[in-house]
Amino acid sequence: MNLLAQLEPAPVVVPGIEWSYLWPLIVLSIGAVLLITITSLVPATRRQGFPAAFTAATAIIAFAFLPWMSNRLDDIGGRVLVVDGAMAVDGFTIFVTGVICIAVLLVALLLDDYLRREGLDGPEWYVLMLLSASGGVLLASAEDLILTFVGLEILSIAVYVLAALHLRRSESQEAGFKYFVLGALSSAIFLYGIAMVYGATGSTSLTGINEAIMSVNDAGLSPLRESSMILLGMALLLVGFGFKVSAVPFHVWTPDVYQGAPTPVVAFMASAVKVAGFAGMVRVFVVGFGDLGDDWRPLLAAMAIFTLLVGAFLAVVQTNIKRTLAYSSITHAGFLLVGVHAAGSDSVSTSLLGSKAVLFYMISYTVMIVGTFGVITVVGGRGDGNHTLDAYRGLSRRQPLLAALMAVLLLAQAGIPFTSGFFAKFRVIAAAAEGGQYGLAAAAMVAAVIAAYLYLRVIVAMYLADDVPVTGAASADHADDDHAGGDVAVPAAGAATGSEIRVPPSVLVALVLAVAATLVLGIVPGVIDGALSDGATALSLLRP
Amino acid sequence: MLEAVWLIPALPLAGFLTLIVFGRRLGEPFAGWLATSAVGASFLATLVVFVGLLNEQPEERFFLQRLFTWVPAGSFSVDVGFFVDPLAITMCLFITGVGTLIHLYSVGYMHGDPNFSKFFLYLNAFAASMLLLVLGDNLLLTFLGWEGVGACSYLLISFWFTDESNASAGKKAFVTNRIGDFGFMLATFAVFSQLGSIRYADVLTGQLSSGWATVIVLLFLLGAAGKSAQIPLFVWLPDAMAGPTPVSALIHAATMVTSGVYLLTRLNPVLAQADAWATGLIAWVGVITALVAALAAVVQNDIKKVLAYSTISQLGYLFLAVGVGGYIPAIFHMVTHAFFKALLFLGSGSVIHGLHDEQDMRRMGGLAKLLPITAGTFIIGWLAIAGVPPFSGFWSKDEILLAAWNHPSGGFVLWLLGLITALLTAFYMTRQVILTFFGRTRFFDPTQEEVDIAFAGLVGAAQAEVDKAEAALETARDAVDKAQIDVAKRQQAVNEAAETLSAAQAAVAASSPDADGYDKLVKAVDKADKAVPKAAGNLEKAQAKLVVAEAALSDAEAQVLVAIDAATAAAADTSRVPMVPQHVTAFSERVDVAEFADRLPDSYRSRQEYHPHESPWTMTVPLIALAGLAAVGGGLNLPFTHDLHFLGNWLEPSLFGNEAHGGAGAGTKWVLAIIAITIGLAGVVAAFAVYLRRKADPAVVENPRLGLAIDYDHALARFVGGPGTKLFDRVAWFDRTFIDGAVNGMASAVSGVGERLRVLQPGLIRNYALGISLGTGFVALWFLLRLWEVGS
Repeated sequence: MNLLAQLEPAPVVVPGIEWSYLWPLIVLSIGAVLLITITSLVPATRRQGFPAAFTAATAIIAFAFLPWMSNRLDDIGGRVLVVDGAMAVDGFTIFVTGVICIAVLLVALLLDDYLRREGLDGPEWYVLMLLSASGGVLLASAEDLILTFVGLEILSIAVYVLAALHLRRSESQEAGFKYFVLGALSSAIFLYGIAMVYGATGSTSLTGINEAIMSVNDAGLSPLRESSMILLGMALLLVGFGFKVSAVPFHVWTPDVYQGAPTPVVAFMASAVKVAGFAGMVRVFVVGFGDLGDDWRPLLAAMAIFTLLVGAFLAVVQTNIKRTLAYSSITHAGFLLVGVHAAGSDSVSTSLLGSKAVLFYMISYTVMIVGTFGVITVVGGRGDGNHTLDAYRGLSRRQPLLAALMAVLLLAQAGIPFTSGFFAKFRVIAAAAEGGQYGLAAAAMVAAVIAAYLYLRVIVAMYLADDVPVTGAASADHADDDHAGGDVAVPAAGAATGSEIRVPPSVLVALVLAVAATLVLGIVPGVIDGALSDGATALSLLRP
Repeated sequence: MLEAVWLIPALPLAGFLTLIVFGRRLGEPFAGWLATSAVGASFLATLVVFVGLLNEQPEERFFLQRLFTWVPAGSFSVDVGFFVDPLAITMCLFITGVGTLIHLYSVGYMHGDPNFSKFFLYLNAFAASMLLLVLGDNLLLTFLGWEGVGACSYLLISFWFTDESNASAGKKAFVTNRIGDFGFMLATFAVFSQLGSIRYADVLTGQLSSGWATVIVLLFLLGAAGKSAQIPLFVWLPDAMAGPTPVSALIHAATMVTSGVYLLTRLNPVLAQADAWATGLIAWVGVITALVAALAAVVQNDIKKVLAYSTISQLGYLFLAVGVGGYIPAIFHMVTHAFFKALLFLGSGSVIHGLHDEQDMRRMGGLAKLLPITAGTFIIGWLAIAGVPPFSGFWSKDEILLAAWNHPSGGFVLWLLGLITALLTAFYMTRQVILTFFGRTRFFDPTQEEVDIAFAGLVGAAQAEVDKAEAALETARDAVDKAQIDVAKRQQAVNEAAETLSAAQAAVAASSPDADGYDKLVKAVDKADKAVPKAAGNLEKAQAKLVVAEAALSDAEAQVLVAIDAATAAAADTSRVPMVPQHVTAFSERVDVAEFADRLPDSYRSRQEYHPHESPWTMTVPLIALAGLAAVGGGLNLPFTHDLHFLGNWLEPSLFGNEAHGGAGAGTKWVLAIIAITIGLAGVVAAFAVYLRRKADPAVVENPRLGLAIDYDHALARFVGGPGTKLFDRVAWFDRTFIDGAVNGMASAVSGVGERLRVLQPGLIRNYALGISLGTGFVALWFLLRLWEVGS
């Protein structure tokens, strides 16, 4: 009996998983799995329309859960820990999830026509994107460094593949390869950081880490505050996030990868991946290391200034539009870093302003950057190679609507009033000023002015420059394309320049949505105030 | 009912947005109808809110509607919201009411314009901005509307921008207004710095030191002077007449130009806290502008320019009223002015429309018979502005003069200057009515250009005669030359014959008769002897011919002289005949053109076949409606008993007791009113005497020296063109050398730095990895250094 009694297994403690709070994550991952299954079993569904529609529907369904979850959270204090405390579902998670879903929806609309145009096949583009998005959601809600790392990897690995997935373009594969190798390096550094933090605090949970840092020994000292281990760990985590969000000096991969990767994939990388990276960074640093702000905030400030200025300076000298926007996205990351810096402040009001600024920047930046890359996808033409500034000369006469949409998006990126970009920059700068960081605010303003030049340069090219001369041969070639059908040569990139640009309906829908959101947020920025407060308050709730 | 207030600006805004998207597709006339109904619906919404306010107790007639927070920034937050009070609703009522009529009018006026829908797009945008200006619950929203109406004004002045002068008129308005806007902005900053808020709810109740209040009032005065065309910033308004006439009526007479006065009235609590000299300055700016502009109006010949200077002058009255604390008279006159000045502008537009774009009053006259409705309504507008009771203008102007009289410091002088302006107003408006609608119809007369062309034809014919005579002269000269050559030739032949003879005779003499060939020699002598008289005969004939040719030559020379004389006479004649005199009075007699009628160009002939016509119903209906309002508008605020002060009682809550109440007794009021009526009638009678009865020479009356305002404009233009340009050149040089140098230096530095940094981006993966590793090392070092700092 005794023996038997001893053999009887002790009851396994199954961590409580509040499934109902994980619906968006579940929908995104199940959606990915379902999509690959359906398209494998029923080959007819591999045709282009279906996977895009499926992905868009998945994103919309995942998004549809958010208001419901938000209402439920309101009843229980705005925050719930799930999966045994490894994940937090709160206003912040909901906001970031929403932004990621929006990015997935818009990119799916861009991707459909891109794949048709390039003659590429396969639902795997969408599957990878959905998986990456689910990793982003995980990253945004992770309350445990292990889960943060898992989220980061799910997010990244899918994107490494996506970057290389244009099989006929060697640039694409080069981009994927570079991204992968450097990404692996940064992941290793990140993991090493986790190990050190764990070594110092004995915990991987963010609240655990925080408690350990705050713990006071008998002598009334907090030994961990001066532990070299935790400081080194923090440094390595910062490098890992810095790589993901392309903060200087860990931005080096960005221009090459943006230039080489398929344009809709760049749209996804610049929006969802960057937003998720920032979400993870905010959670880990503002919540986990909030108490060590004095240590990391000055460094973050320096990084922000360098990121702002290096991005702006280098964007100006580029002639390839994808490369230009890669540097401009680095500048945007700089603005977000300024916001994160404010969010990490000890002062509650500054911290709230900073978090709100970061969240507002995320949504407005996502929408405008996907829109901008949407236009670039269209102008890029078959072969995805038509990305010089010259391709935009006289666009307003060839494609007045497309040029107008692009102009709004670029003005938004420049931060002109009545666009979301204005309030995004305004909020970030206001938060920095509120926290007394006038140097950061000034650097942000200088960067905004320098960067405005490059956006205006594109607008000038579209509206004021003369048309690119259309050679007779090029247009004749194109006419052949249209009528002969079947086995026609892909026109050279140059030939596509002066000839017509096709704006497919799905892309037009995405662009109009992006521009509409940009304008609405620029005119009535208060519409998302509720969601912003929920997100920002959630972070401050977690602060000690 | 008050909640409907957001609809007031939203409806024209919706019209504007719809026209952006569908304007071109809707085209004429639907775009016009859409725009008209948008503003009309806005008028209905205003009525609803008006009734809602009436239902409240007078002291509770305030309503704040907050739509959303627009700029949330810590302590400085700006809402998009509306501030409704009797003043704002009064403004909205006439903006949307008169605006609807002018929209309707434009449907007819802009008929056939290639940019028909664009015109209504701008017009709706204007209405939305103007309503935002009036209803905004803070200074920033008002400023947004202020800039919006400025932009629409600029776009509409240069609506026919292909004409260079229209485009530059738009620019002039834009630049002049920038100066005023600068004042507005500084004032807003000052308000925020002092009160920490720019909401009207706070501004109107806030306590300011009198020094700051004075500064704020002066800065707002600068802004108001720009928008409402007062000294020294009035120069843009006469040029703004380049825009289509409905625009002049709506923007440059009835609504936008009054927004300066609205702003000052809105801020009456701030004015009350300012030093007395600041408000005094407002009054003096107003009255001097009124006087100077009225003088300039007397010497204008363009039908719209008269009205433009008249508008500046009337706005001066409004400033005078605000300056002496007469806010109710100011708003009262603003409303009646909106009625009658819109009416006058639309009437002038109808004339211009009917006369095929003719704007020069010297070429009008006698139109009462041809455009009866326009003439009838215009006459009502004239009576209203001239201050003839019982038309609306009399009542409101009289109240302003009374308020000026009551002003404690300098009241009498202000009143007197106002009275002189009233006299001038009656005079120039009567002049306009006579020149336009009475007397002889001068429309069909040849214009100066046409006469020039005709005379150029006459002179040309004479010149052709000269050319012909000169050609004949040339021929005659040739003939003479030829004859002379012939004579010379013959002369030589004679000489040769004589020589031959003498040689032959010598040969005979040398030879003996027996010698061989003697006979031969004798024969030669005979032959030579015969040749000599023959040659002589030929010579005579040639000489005779030469004489004939010479006679022909002198004849031709004489003819040339005659032709030149004729041509000179023709040219001299042209310059002597005063075909189109510069002055209007010379047109009492029709110029006889029979003499050169066949030489007048086609434009003259086609005008003879053109029939000046009355405008379509879309244009006459607004005229009739406005004429009705202009006639009875005085009923809004009759002076006889307190109960008849409808407008005054209604506006009372918006004025916070800052309305000045004068000490003039009932007897004085009657005397002042009678003086005003007498003065107004005197102006009318004087103009009749000069322009209809010819008791005096109009040329004497219209002394160019009256155009002080015009001289000022020209002096300004000369300064800007002359010394100003030099000054600006200096500034530009400085800007080019230092500022641009700095900017360009920065730009090249940016590029340079960019290029340098680019080297770090060679595209090699191992370099990138190295970069990341170095970065990591740096970050780690930073943290460890922190540790060392903390530890030490």
